[in-house]
Amino acid sequence: MSEARETLAPGEAVQRLKFYQKGTFTVGNRLVGEDERSVQASQDRSNALTCGHRACQGCGEALGARYAIDAAMRATGKDMIAVNATGCLEVFTTPYPETSWQLPWVHSLFGNAAAVATGVAAAMRVKNKRTRVVAQGGDGGTTDIGFQCLSGMFERNDDVLYICYDNEGYMNTGVQRSSATPPAARTATTPAVGDEPGNVFGTGKSVPKIAVAHNIPYVATATVADLHDLERKVTKAMSVHGARYIQINVPCPLGWGAASHDTIHLARLAVECGLYPIFEAEHGRITHVRKIRKQVPVTDYLKRQRRFAHLFKGDRPDPRVARLQAMCDANIADYGLVAGADEEV
Amino acid sequence: MTQNHPFAITLDVGTSLVNHTGSWRTVRPEYVHRLPPCNHACPAGEDIQGWLAHAEGGDYEAAWRALVQNNPLPAVMGRVCYHPCEGACNRAQIDSAVGINSVERFLGDLAIEKGWRFDAPPAPSGKKALIVGAGPSGLSAAYHLARLGHAVTIREAGPLPGGMMRFGIPKYRLPREILDAEVQRICALGVTIEYNSKVSNIRDAMRDGGFDAAFLAVGAHIAKRAYIPAAGAAKVLDAVQVLRSMEGEDKPLLGRRVVVYGGGNTAIDVARTARRLGAEEAVIVYRRTREKMPAHDFEVEEALEEGVLMKWLSTIKNVDGGSITVEKMALDDKGFPQPTGEYETLEADSVILALGQDVDLSLLEGVEGLNVRDGVVEVGPNMMTGATGIFAGGDMVPSERTVTVAVGHGKKAARHIDAWLRGQTYAPAPKHEIASFDKLNAWYYGEAPKTVRPTLEVARRTSSFDEVVKGLDESNALYEARRCLSCGNCFECDNCYGVCPDNSVVKLGPGKGFEFNYDFCKGCGVCASECPCGAIVMTQEAI
Repeated sequence: MSEARETLAPGEAVQRLKFYQKGTFTVGNRLVGEDERSVQASQDRSNALTCGHRACQGCGEALGARYAIDAAMRATGKDMIAVNATGCLEVFTTPYPETSWQLPWVHSLFGNAAAVATGVAAAMRVKNKRTRVVAQGGDGGTTDIGFQCLSGMFERNDDVLYICYDNEGYMNTGVQRSSATPPAARTATTPAVGDEPGNVFGTGKSVPKIAVAHNIPYVATATVADLHDLERKVTKAMSVHGARYIQINVPCPLGWGAASHDTIHLARLAVECGLYPIFEAEHGRITHVRKIRKQVPVTDYLKRQRRFAHLFKGDRPDPRVARLQAMCDANIADYGLVAGADEEV
Repeated sequence: MTQNHPFAITLDVGTSLVNHTGSWRTVRPEYVHRLPPCNHACPAGEDIQGWLAHAEGGDYEAAWRALVQNNPLPAVMGRVCYHPCEGACNRAQIDSAVGINSVERFLGDLAIEKGWRFDAPPAPSGKKALIVGAGPSGLSAAYHLARLGHAVTIREAGPLPGGMMRFGIPKYRLPREILDAEVQRICALGVTIEYNSKVSNIRDAMRDGGFDAAFLAVGAHIAKRAYIPAAGAAKVLDAVQVLRSMEGEDKPLLGRRVVVYGGGNTAIDVARTARRLGAEEAVIVYRRTREKMPAHDFEVEEALEEGVLMKWLSTIKNVDGGSITVEKMALDDKGFPQPTGEYETLEADSVILALGQDVDLSLLEGVEGLNVRDGVVEVGPNMMTGATGIFAGGDMVPSERTVTVAVGHGKKAARHIDAWLRGQTYAPAPKHEIASFDKLNAWYYGEAPKTVRPTLEVARRTSSFDEVVKGLDESNALYEARRCLSCGNCFECDNCYGVCPDNSVVKLGPGKGFEFNYDFCKGCGVCASECPCGAIVMTQEAI
């Protein structure tokens, strides 16, 4: 069941374009054939998450969810079901009795999305249907509350793609810390007071790494700042059976204290400074790393967010900025995020 | 509400589409056009970004047709224009400027090869215009007036068309068959050129020929002289005369050692010409430094490659058969050269003066209202001289003296002449805000360095008049066109359509662009931030 079928996702073709300078990194490109364009460039994309949802202005999660589910719907010919954990995504899309979803969609509890999805996949198998199952949730419902169910889904290799939209905190309930909140970030539960304001260093966890350690067929991290990479990963994940995990970095203007128009810019800076490594792994081994295109210091990323404003308040530089930079440097070294002179970015 | 609901369900399923989130908005995105810096810098007023957009899609004929809306001489431009557009190009801040000039040349050459012709002029207006001078400015004005329906006659004092393009610019920069092809295309619009027909009095010529308006574009063909004591068999020539005689049967005899006096593009042209005529030594003597030289840097470079020697900070004191005496200069605090009293002697078989040119204003004698200042004719913002119905442009009016500026004058004058002939006033459309680099999101443009045009090897350059700079072929012209950032004008990259978290951008289909769905747009501004080319602005919502 877990046998990987290697197919060339449309995104891979787009990334190889070299001589279409104009808009090489944009959503679409009028100079290339329809089959080489992104799902989001298409006039008949599913718009899985349609207008009228109640997400804040500039919501990264609303964007990431549409990117991912539209790509999955194209990959499955729209024969799929989504299972949603409690969280922003569930609340802002489905205030009773309205829904923004354009596909069969189930919500149960905060912590059991992976288990419900396992059940839906089992039901499809029993009914001899080819319908695919995607579970999705925020970082709270995934890395904290739903973690046990998620680990179980992984180790049983259930045929589910689990997508975590990582906005680094419990944004729906008022911006509390989660195990995906970065060090030094101010949240409602890690206020910017005391000797070491904000979230403490040395806490939290990397669920993508934990997922890799389960040796499941496919694990990837992605970002709303690189649509082509994201679509390619979702498409690839849907070409494989077994347990799969994709974690997408989705900036939260409200929780991060950032301008609503900066959502994609921040996601890009998170990748380009090295704080959010973008990679993919198959069966326990890292197989691809998205190289940094234009490296930036972590301060470029931090300074645009009020959750880190306390780091830049005093007269002297806060030593924790250097610690965050050291985290970036460690990621760059560990994952090989900076391309060598002979490598293509 | 219906009665047949399952347990604990009281409402029908609804869609979020009833929830018009547009009411949250305090700022609204709007699509705009901004003025690309290249277009802004073009003396001929070309819509460069516009024609590059056609070329990017591979539709070269559409690109050429868009180009010639403003400039009828693309193949000439692609060779002799000093391309201020490239100096303004935003792409220079990413890697290097788009090679606009080389794409223009590619399109111009392709048009000649394919025999593309201009669109036929509209119904005749019944008005007649006289143009004096078949140089770039006169040809440009003739072209635009003809396309506006007027009957145009050009009177040219010389035997052939082109003006300084023929008698000033050497063949190795502009092959004559290229010039002839583009002039021929203008004539095919019905423009008449009368050669060897010098106008001695403009008012008489207009009255005798029944012309309703005149455009003067006689250029500046009289070489400036400097008083240099000369003795013996000294051979002192001027650059205009040397370059002009290159077009005749008898090539000028310059000798083995040639000294050129001056620091402009003409000095460079004549020194390079001397090398090609067999001079072993061609020395440019200029009283200031290389940085102060008016000649364009790439031309100085090409001349140096061909073995032209430069003598900076020097003035010629006297010329004696076979040698000259040069005084060394030093720059003072203000950057002006001052004599030092140190002399040196250079061997020279001939000395060519390239000290600038004056305008022959004899045809204007007795014309009322016309003002001449510093040897050039004053014109108003509409290119009309002080004399009613007489317009002027090109080198004979105060401005930079380049082919492109002259072409721009011709176009501008033609538009005003057209309006004047119809009893109207021409008001150009207001200019958009400039799409400066800070308006762009440069992240989205992939790295792609400029294509370097191949050049003729040096050995052949000093022995022949073959063209030095070669053109691009189709594949690299396409590459070059696609390096354009499309500053300030939507190029349908789908970014706004993709990045909207609220699906509030409607894609209208190829060539039709996009529109906002203000029912749902929350005004987050992500589309404006992520628009690569700066074609979206956020404006305050009236609340």
